[in-house]
Amino acid sequence: MEHTRKQYTISVYTENNIGLLNRISAIFQRRHINIESMNISVSEIEAVSRFTILVNMTEVNVRKIIGQIEKQIEVIKAFYHTDEETIYLESCMFKIKSELLFEERQIQNIIKESDARIVTVNRDFFVLEKSGRRHEIEMLHRELSAFGIMQFVRSGRIAVTKDEMKITEMLAAFNN
Amino acid sequence: MDVKAKTKTNYLNQESEHITGCEALVRSLIAEGVDIIYGYPGGAIMPVYDELFKYQDQIHHVLTRHEQGATHSAQGFARISGRVGVAMATSGPGATNLITGIADAQIDSTPMVCITGQVPSHLLGSDAFQETDIVGISTPVTKWNHQITRAEEIPEVIAKAFYIAKSGRPGPVLIDITKDAQFETFDFTYKKCEGVRSYKPVPKVDTSILKSAAQAINDAKNPMIVWGQGVILGEAEDEFKAFVEKSGIPAAWTIMGVSAIPTSHPLNVGMVGMHGNYAPNKLTNECDVLLAIGMRFDDRVTGKLSDYATQAKVIHFEIDPAEIDKNVIADIPVLGDVKETLSEILPMIKEKSYDDWHQQFKDLLKIEFEKVIKNDLHPTKDGLTMGEVLKEINLQSRGEAAIVSDVGQHQMIACRYAEFNKSRGNITSGGLGTMGFALPAAIGAKMATPEREVVAVIGDGGYQMTIQELGTIFQTKAAVKIVVLNNDFLGMVRQWQQLFFDKRYASTEMSNPDFVTIAKGYHIEAKRVTKREELATAIQEMMTSEEAYFLEVCVEKEDNVFPMIPSGASVSEIRLE
Repeated sequence: MEHTRKQYTISVYTENNIGLLNRISAIFQRRHINIESMNISVSEIEAVSRFTILVNMTEVNVRKIIGQIEKQIEVIKAFYHTDEETIYLESCMFKIKSELLFEERQIQNIIKESDARIVTVNRDFFVLEKSGRRHEIEMLHRELSAFGIMQFVRSGRIAVTKDEMKITEMLAAFNN
Repeated sequence: MDVKAKTKTNYLNQESEHITGCEALVRSLIAEGVDIIYGYPGGAIMPVYDELFKYQDQIHHVLTRHEQGATHSAQGFARISGRVGVAMATSGPGATNLITGIADAQIDSTPMVCITGQVPSHLLGSDAFQETDIVGISTPVTKWNHQITRAEEIPEVIAKAFYIAKSGRPGPVLIDITKDAQFETFDFTYKKCEGVRSYKPVPKVDTSILKSAAQAINDAKNPMIVWGQGVILGEAEDEFKAFVEKSGIPAAWTIMGVSAIPTSHPLNVGMVGMHGNYAPNKLTNECDVLLAIGMRFDDRVTGKLSDYATQAKVIHFEIDPAEIDKNVIADIPVLGDVKETLSEILPMIKEKSYDDWHQQFKDLLKIEFEKVIKNDLHPTKDGLTMGEVLKEINLQSRGEAAIVSDVGQHQMIACRYAEFNKSRGNITSGGLGTMGFALPAAIGAKMATPEREVVAVIGDGGYQMTIQELGTIFQTKAAVKIVVLNNDFLGMVRQWQQLFFDKRYASTEMSNPDFVTIAKGYHIEAKRVTKREELATAIQEMMTSEEAYFLEVCVEKEDNVFPMIPSGASVSEIRLE
């Protein structure tokens, strides 16, 4: 079990410092591990950043990676979770010619059925936004491809865990 | 020459004073107790050198002949003293030349702070003269690094640098300071760093784990200890000795751990690893409990991992959680500072002895003696062996000297045969295997402990990688004793070519210069020995010299180092010939 490759979401709580992204990505690079996606944002704690990294690896190796990440001075704590242990999604945007919206009736149905949202419309193009699981986004992409997509972008995975990740207590413990 | 500072102003917790960043840097270093810096000046670090000139009664700068030499000297200083070594360089090539030493310090857990000058902040990223992204370059090989662009950051960042370099599992830290930050003025005060909230240097000891470790140790029939540098870094030599003596367990060492207890200690069963002793390697695969203490299961120690101590219950005493289960799965991971864990476990350990088990080590040693050691130390052939040179150094230093070795055959011979009565006696580049390490490292070691004899044992290949540091020795009068074991080959590579590449000696034979003349060119007393009967007198002359001394010993050209665990083989497959 431990030696089969699987998708893991790594969550890293860190200080907000220049250079930390380089330090963390170097850990993966050195071990020849491909990062499927990465998202860095603020977290629920003030002045603490959160990395969400999606990787495909064995549990044995993901555990070692967590050890190496936590070893970095400015990393507060790192966790790894399986898909089942997280609520996750990705976000994407499509830029499409506006005329298609009126000429191709099918597009309106696709938008409705996919729960996508129109962000803006002007004379030349409209922008569609969709958040959800990877396969939903991929399906929408496939369907819209038939009509021509001017631009497409998809974000890295973001995820929250079902269980608690006790960061606040850890930081409080340091202050005491 | 006494390079230590004579006066020292206290800059700790004083009232603030309005000064420049570069002066603040020098005062910060003094506040951290630094009295020697190894470095090399240049454009982007010049303001700091100007301050060093003004503060030379408090802090001594040693001009090495290459920045790599500065890092190795700082490493030698740190390894022998346990204090943080400091190296300094300018931006660009000065900074990149530090990288080998930084990588060496990282893999061998050596506390070191490197300070580099950087182009002014408005020029960052503009490909300015001597600009290089040293923070980016050094990231994978530093414990921490940081770029300072404002003078006011200096005291806090320097305090943090020293705290991080020294605490927990030590390592190198690099601080890059832009030239404008060096010139800028601000209100300087200095406070020591007492903690970083995202960094936990020492894990808390889990008493229940200690209890189960003690139980396993007490129940063991054929236990064995393999200890590493962690014992020395944790300053736990006394605790370790007490533990070994009470438990009665045969103890073997990695090359980074040797000297933590005396070589002659009856429970010291020798070296593990590729060129280690026969008994501890073989018996690793026969013990029922393996106690790994402050070591990290390097591949040169374990050989083929899947065949390493699979029968044994592994108890791993370790300060760095990332080392647990990294290479060898620990049945009982004992996290914590070894000084703490060993002293806490001591009362739980039963006093025992393992006479039959110990006899097995002695029996295998006998085999190794007949096949290998006898020929190394008491050769009957004409050519000199590296082993007999070490034997003579042992005799004359009585195990008190620090042996600083480079990398290759002579290093393995030095580690195998050098005798130590004192801790921190073996200074070598273990993890990175950096040729050129020994000469500059010996300079740093000698300056840190002028009262201790420091003997650099170097091969003819590695010697020429940092040979220019003879200039540093001449200028500082550091009384380093240098022994070059010259076989006119890159001996270790040649040995592999002989054994595994059908004797195709690709680029390993060396046409060497007259090393004695070169040493004399630097006004260093020098001698060459080619015959056995000259050896003892020459070493005596070297050891009794009050000054630096260079001794070239021309040894057998094609000797091999045995025992040997071939790369990828199991420790059980150790070869004696």
